[in-house]
Amino acid sequence: MASATTARSDALAPASGEKPLRRHVLDLDDFTSGEIVAVLNNADAMLEVLNRDIKKVPTLRGRVIVTLFYEASTRTRISFEEAGKILSADVINMSATASSVEKGESLLNTGLTLQAMGVDTIVVRHPHSGAPHFLARNLPKVSVINAGDGTHAHPTQALLDLYTARRHIGELSGCKVVIVGDVLHSRVARSAVWGFARMGASVVLSGPPTLMPEPFSATGWADDANPIGNVGPLAAVRVQPDLDQAIEGADLVMALRLQLERQQLGFFPSIREYIRRWQVNESRMARANPGALLMHPGPMNEGIEVGTALAHGERSLIEEQVTNGVAIRMALLYQLAGASATAVN
Amino acid sequence: MPANELTMPLLITGGRVIDPASGFDATADVLIAEGLITTVGPRIAGETQDHDLRVISADGLVVCPGFIDVHTHLREPGFEYKETIATGATAAARGGFTTLCAMPNTDPPIDNAAMVDFVHRRADAAPVRVHAIGCVTRGRAGHQLADMEELVSAGCVAFSDDGDPVFDAALMRLALTYSRDLGVPISNHCQDHSLCPGGVMAEGWVSSRLGLAGIPAVAEEAMVARDIALAELTGGRLHLAHLSSAGSVSLVREAKARGVKLTAEVCPHHLMLTDAWALGGKGDPSATGSRAYDTTTKVYPPLRTDGDVMACLVGLADGTIDCVATDHAPHERASKECTYNDAAFGISVLETALGTLLEPVHAGAIDLPTMVERLTVGPTRVLGGAFAPFATLAAGSPADVVLFDPDAAWTVDVNKFASLGRNTPLDGVELRGRVAATVVGGRVVFEEPTLISAGGEQ
Repeated sequence: MASATTARSDALAPASGEKPLRRHVLDLDDFTSGEIVAVLNNADAMLEVLNRDIKKVPTLRGRVIVTLFYEASTRTRISFEEAGKILSADVINMSATASSVEKGESLLNTGLTLQAMGVDTIVVRHPHSGAPHFLARNLPKVSVINAGDGTHAHPTQALLDLYTARRHIGELSGCKVVIVGDVLHSRVARSAVWGFARMGASVVLSGPPTLMPEPFSATGWADDANPIGNVGPLAAVRVQPDLDQAIEGADLVMALRLQLERQQLGFFPSIREYIRRWQVNESRMARANPGALLMHPGPMNEGIEVGTALAHGERSLIEEQVTNGVAIRMALLYQLAGASATAVN
Repeated sequence: MPANELTMPLLITGGRVIDPASGFDATADVLIAEGLITTVGPRIAGETQDHDLRVISADGLVVCPGFIDVHTHLREPGFEYKETIATGATAAARGGFTTLCAMPNTDPPIDNAAMVDFVHRRADAAPVRVHAIGCVTRGRAGHQLADMEELVSAGCVAFSDDGDPVFDAALMRLALTYSRDLGVPISNHCQDHSLCPGGVMAEGWVSSRLGLAGIPAVAEEAMVARDIALAELTGGRLHLAHLSSAGSVSLVREAKARGVKLTAEVCPHHLMLTDAWALGGKGDPSATGSRAYDTTTKVYPPLRTDGDVMACLVGLADGTIDCVATDHAPHERASKECTYNDAAFGISVLETALGTLLEPVHAGAIDLPTMVERLTVGPTRVLGGAFAPFATLAAGSPADVVLFDPDAAWTVDVNKFASLGRNTPLDGVELRGRVAATVVGGRVVFEEPTLISAGGEQ
C-alpha cells in the first residue's frame, strides 16, 4: 500500500503563479495523465485535512458553490457539500423537485439565474447526458463540475476510484482492472474506463453482452484477433463477457450497480441468472491476483452484483471510496478556484 | 405563387445550360417570356429585338431547371414560430428551389380537403410553388386511413405521415393497395421504433462515447425491407423518404434490380455529415469539451458513418436513389437550446442544400449533370409525369430556372437565413456553390447581386 503524502497545510492556499488547471470538469476524456496525477496528489493533502479534529480551512472563503441536482443522490451531493464546507465555501443545495424547475424553468434559464446571482461553481447532476456541457458553454462566468450526467460520465467518481486504487496498488500502469455489470448504461464505468486506461491500466469490461457498450472510438476495442486494435488511451480496453475468464489475474474488480429495471426491459433473463454469471463474490475473486481488491460506486444491491461476505470483507474498499470521494472533490474545488482566480487576475 | 403576373421577358446569357430531361449540357442563352421558356440556344442575344427585356449575364454560372423538393416541413399551420409557408418559400427561393412539397405534420395535420385548401391559399402569395402532401392516416395517428381520394382531388401530390412511420404493417399494406389508382405515392418515414427506444443519434462509437441512446441503422432498414415487400405484394406506389444507411441503399438497389416499382430520396446532410459532428468539432472525431452534444446535429434519420455517406452517394449517382430531398425541418431556438435528449429532431436545410450537394461534386464522387438531374427530373419520378414540365428547359415549359455559381465559396451564417429555422450544424462552415438567381414562372424571385452581372435592359 502506497502511503499518502504528508502535505503542509499552507499548500492549500491558491498559488497565484500556478497554471490554471481547467475551468470545468465535464468528463475524463480530456484529462491528461499529468492532470489526473495532479488531482490525486492534491487529494492527499485534502485527506490530511479531512482527518483532522477540526476539519476546516479557509481556502475557498467567499466562494459560492451550488449543487444543482436533477436526480436523487445521497453520497455525491453530500460529498460535494462537505468538501465545499470544509474549504469554507458557501454551499447552496438546489434540488430540482423543490424549485422553479418544477414550474417548468428550462435548464438554460436556471443556469443563467444562478450565474446572475454570482455563483462561482455549479455542481450538476442531470438525467440527460451532456447537460453539464450545455451549462458550461452557456455560462461564461461559472465553473461547471459534472456530478453525473445521464449515461455519459461521472468524472469525480472515476477520480476517487483512481485515487483509492493508487493508495492501495501504487503505480496503476500495467495493473488489470475488471469492470463488471451494466457498462452500457453506466456513467461510472464510462469515466472509469477513460481514467484507468489513461493511467496505463489494462481494463476489461464484463457483463451481459446486451449491456456491453460499443467502443468509445472509431478504432474499436482491442480483441483477440486485434490485440492492439485501438489507438490512444483506450488501446488496452477489452470486452470479455465471461466473468470467470475476465477476472483471471485481476488486481482490481469494480462491480457496477445493477439497475433492476433493466431486467424488466429484457436485457438479461433474470436476477438469478445474473447472479450466477456476474456476481462478484469470494469464489470468483479467488481467480484474481492474490490481494485483488473490490470497489463499488454505491448504492449497492448487496447479494446481487456483489456477494455479502466480499462486500464487507477485507478486500472491499467500498467505504474508503466514500471517504476518498470527499478528498477528491475538495481537490477539484480547490483547483478550479485557483483556475478562476488566475483568470480574474 | 402569384398567378398571371405580367413579367418582363428575360434573357439569360452565356451560362452553362444543363437540362437533364433532354441531356443538353452546353453554353447557351435562355429566353423566357410570358412565364414560359421560349428558346434555349447559342447566341439568342444577338437575335432578339425586344426592347423591354431584362438581360442577366450568366457567365461562369450554371443555368438549369429549378430544384423540386419532395420533402419540406413548412410548419404552418400550428408551428408558425418555427416557419411559415411564406418564410419557408423565401428560403427555398434563396436555395434554388422552385417547387416544394409541404409535409402534413402540422397542427392540425393536413388530413382533409379544407386543410389542403388552407395550404394552397397561403401558397398563393409565396415566391415559389408549394404543394401539399396529405396524411396517410386520419389525424396522422396511424390507426385508420385518411380520406385519400378527397385529398388527391383537393390537390395533394403525395401521402405521408412523416415525422412518424406508418408503423402498422397491415395498415401500410392497406394504404398502398387503396391508393393504387389515385396516382400519387406514399412516402414513408422508415423507423421501427421498437429497435431504437429513446434513441437520439446514430448508434456507434460516438453515441457510446457520449452516453446517448443510439438509433441503429437496422431500425431504418427493417422497415425499408418491410415496405419493399409490401410494394411488391400490392403494386402500390411506394416512396422511401430520407434513406440514410448503406443497408437501406442495398435493399433498394436489389429491389429495383428485380423490378419492384418504388422511388427513394436522400437528404443533403446525409451526403456530407457524420455522427462525429455531434462531438461539436464540425466533424473532428477527436473533439472534446463543452462544445459536445451539438443539438443542431440531432436529426432523424440520424447522421451516420463515412461508409453510410459514401453508400448514399454511390446510390444517388447510380440511380438507386432517385432524388435529393431536403427534409428541411426548421425549429425555433428553444427547441435546440437544451440538452441533446430534449432537443427536437431536424435541420434547416433549404439555404445550404446546394452548397452541401456540390461538395461531393467538387470531390469527384458524382458529376454535376447527374446531381442536377437528382434535383429536377429525379423528383418527377416520385411525383409523376404531371411534374415533368417543371423539370425541363424545353420550349413551352414553365420558366422555373435556377442560376448558380458552382465555385463561389461562402460561409454559412444562420443569421442571414430567410428561414426562421437557424438550426444547422453548418453555421460557420465554408461551402462552395451558391445560388445566383431563382426564376419561377418567368419571374425573378431571388437574386444575389454579387453573383450576377446585370446586362441591363437592352
